[in-house]
Amino acid sequence: MKIVVAMSGGVDSSVVAGLMHEAGHEVIGVTLQLYDHGAAVGRKGACCAGQDIHDAKRVADKLGIAHYVVDAEARFRASVMSEFADSYASGQTPVPCIACNQHLKFGDLLQMARDLGADALATGHYVRRIEGAAGAELHQALDASRDQSWFLFATTQEQLEFCRFPLGDYASKAQVRDVAERMGLAVAAKPDSQDICFVPSGSYADIVGKFRPDALEAGEIVDEDGGFMGTHQGIARYTVGQAKRLGLPADAQGEALVVRKIDPGTRRIVVGPRTAASRVVKLRDVNWLAAIPSSGLRAQVKLRAREIPQAAVITADGAGVALLLDAPALAAPGQAAVFYDGSRILGGGFIAA
Amino acid sequence: MIYLDANASEPLRPEARATALAAMEVTGNPSSVHQAGRAARRVLESARESLAAQFAARAQDIVFTSGATEANALAVHALGRGRSVLVGATEHDAVRAAAPKAAVIPVLPSGLVDLLMLDQMLAAYPNALVCLMVANNETGVRHDIAAAAWACAAHGAILHVDAAQAAGRCREDWLKLGASSVALSGHKAGGPPGAGALVFSSAHGEHVAPLLKGGGQERGWRGGTPALAAIAGMAAALDQPYEAVKIAEYRDELEAFCVGIGGQVMGADAARMPNTLCVALPGVRADTQLIALDMAGVAVSAGSACSSGKVAASHVLLAMGMGDLAGQAIRVSLPWNVTQADCTAFKQAYEMMARRALHRNPVPLTQAQFAN
Repeated sequence: MKIVVAMSGGVDSSVVAGLMHEAGHEVIGVTLQLYDHGAAVGRKGACCAGQDIHDAKRVADKLGIAHYVVDAEARFRASVMSEFADSYASGQTPVPCIACNQHLKFGDLLQMARDLGADALATGHYVRRIEGAAGAELHQALDASRDQSWFLFATTQEQLEFCRFPLGDYASKAQVRDVAERMGLAVAAKPDSQDICFVPSGSYADIVGKFRPDALEAGEIVDEDGGFMGTHQGIARYTVGQAKRLGLPADAQGEALVVRKIDPGTRRIVVGPRTAASRVVKLRDVNWLAAIPSSGLRAQVKLRAREIPQAAVITADGAGVALLLDAPALAAPGQAAVFYDGSRILGGGFIAA
Repeated sequence: MIYLDANASEPLRPEARATALAAMEVTGNPSSVHQAGRAARRVLESARESLAAQFAARAQDIVFTSGATEANALAVHALGRGRSVLVGATEHDAVRAAAPKAAVIPVLPSGLVDLLMLDQMLAAYPNALVCLMVANNETGVRHDIAAAAWACAAHGAILHVDAAQAAGRCREDWLKLGASSVALSGHKAGGPPGAGALVFSSAHGEHVAPLLKGGGQERGWRGGTPALAAIAGMAAALDQPYEAVKIAEYRDELEAFCVGIGGQVMGADAARMPNTLCVALPGVRADTQLIALDMAGVAVSAGSACSSGKVAASHVLLAMGMGDLAGQAIRVSLPWNVTQADCTAFKQAYEMMARRALHRNPVPLTQAQFAN
C-alpha cells in the first residue's frame, strides 16, 4: 500500500513510519507545520521550523522514506488557535487537540493523502481501529494510560475507514521506545510532547489574550443569587467545576466553592457548591461512529480527557443529543462528552453552553 | 529522476566541472607572495577577466562573493549608502532582506514592474538606489532593464540588477543599458555552488564599503580567501552557449499541455526566460502537486521554500495579484541539458497528478496521446 504517515518528529509517529516501512508499504512522511516556531518562542529571526521538524526529517532520512513539510499555519491559526481563544471568550473550555485532529490531521492532511493517491493515512495516536461487521470501529488503546480515543471522537466514519493507528496495540509506551531503539531512531529517548503544542511557555491565557484581550478583562465573582464574592482577572482563567484560583473561603459546610457558570456577557463567574450538580448534559456537534440510537442508549461516557467513565443514558431526538447521567456532575461547556461501549467509541459531542 | 528545477540550481556544466577541478589542483592562496600564490592568483584573475569580457565590465570592477545573495547584499550595502532604496515587489528574498526598509515598487498582473509607478516614486525619492531583477526566479518574467535604467537616469537614481537567473541564459549588457551593478550566481548557470560576483560599472567600482573586512582580499572589498574552484567554475559556466530556442520550444510544449488540463500560466503576458514555466492548477495546493510529482520522480518547485522545506504561498504571485492561485502554482524550470524524454515524463506525471487532485478519472494517457 501507499501510506501517508503524519510525522510530528516525536517518537510515536516516527515508530509508525518505521513500522509501515518495515511492513513493505510505500511510506510518505508528512509533517504539518502548524505555527511559526520562531514566533512562538519569541525569538526574532529564528527559523520558522522547530526542532521537531528537523527530527522528523532525520528519522525519514534514517528510514529512507520520502518526507515533506506542509504549511498548515493559516489553517491552524484560524481553525484551532483562534477558535481556542473564541471559545474561552465565550465562557467555554475548548479542547484544541480535538479541533486539530478534526480539521488538520483528519481533514486537510487526509484529503491531501487522497489527492496523492495514497491508500491510507497512519498516525501515532494511541487508539485501535478494528474492522467490524459494519465497517471500521474505533477502540481505546490497549495501554489505558496512553489512550487518546477521547481526542478522536470527532473522526467521521469515512475518515476512520482511511486511517491506521498501529500504536493502539502496544501495551506500553516503553515498548514503542524499544522499537524506536531497535530501528536506530535518534528520537527514541525524546521526551513526550506537552499538552498544548502552541503554548510552549505553558501559559495558555497569554495566547488567548493575544486573540481575545476581552477574555482577560477583570470581572466579578458572584454567588448563585448574584451576591458579590470577589473579583477575577479574566474569564479565560476559569473552567466550570474548577475550585482553584477563586481565592474564596469554604462555605458553611466546609466545602470548597467551585465555578458553576461563566457568563461572558457580564464577565461574571458564578460560584456555588459542587454538590448541586445536574444530571442532564446537552451536547452539540455530535459525531456517531455507530448506529444512531432510536431510543435511549445506555453507555459509559467520559466528560473529561482523564476520568473514569460514568454511566448515562444517551438520547438522540429532534431536539438534539443529551445525556442523562446516573450521578450528577458539573460538565464544562466546550469539553467533549465521549460515549463508550466497553473499549469501543460509539460517538461523542461537545458539551453545550 | 527527471530534474526540472534549474532555477534552484542548474546541473553542473562539464566545462565548469573541468575548470573547477583544474583549479582545485592548484595549491596556494592568491594572497601569498610565492610561486604557488601567484599560480592561484592567476586562476582567480583569469576568471575575473573572463567575467569582465562577458559582461562588458572592467576586471577591476568585479568582486567575487559567496553567491548572488551576498552580491545583492553587498550592492545594497555599498551603493545604498545615503540613498533611499526602492525594490521591485517580486525581488528575491536576497534583495528584500538586504533592504528591509526599502520602498516597494509594485508590479503589474503580468509580473512586469510598473514603470509608471517607478517614475513617480523616483520623483519622490530623488537620488535613490533601485534594485530590480533581470528575470524572476519563479515566473521567469523579464523586466525591461533598459527602460528602468532610463527612468533612473532621468531622476539621478542608480540601478542595481540581480541577474542570478538571467546571466548565462541570455546575453544582454546590463552595464551598457545603464545599470550601476550586476549580481551574478555561479550555480544558477551550471557552475559549482559557492561562488557569485558583483560587477560594478566603471563609475561605481571605486567606493565600495565591504560587508566583510576580513583580511583585505579582493582589494579590500570582500574579506576571506576566495573559493577558487567555484569561482573558476562559475566563469566557465557563464561562458557556455545556451540553447534558448530549443529550450523555449520544450517549455512551450509543456505549457500548452498544462493549460490543456486546466493549468493557468503565471506571467504569460510578459517576456519570460525561455526555460521557466510557472503554472497554477486552480484549487490544488502547490505542495500537493509538488509531492505528487516528486513521488512520480519529477523534481519541480513551488513558491519559495524555507530551510524546513515548507512551501509557503509565493510572494511573487501575491504581488502580481494572483490571490489564492499564489498557493496553487508550481515552477517548472528546464535545465540546460533538458531532453524530449524529460518533457514526456513530466507530462505523464502532471496528467496523473492533476487528474487525481481534480478528482477526475486517474487514468494515464497512452503513449500515443503524447506523441506529437
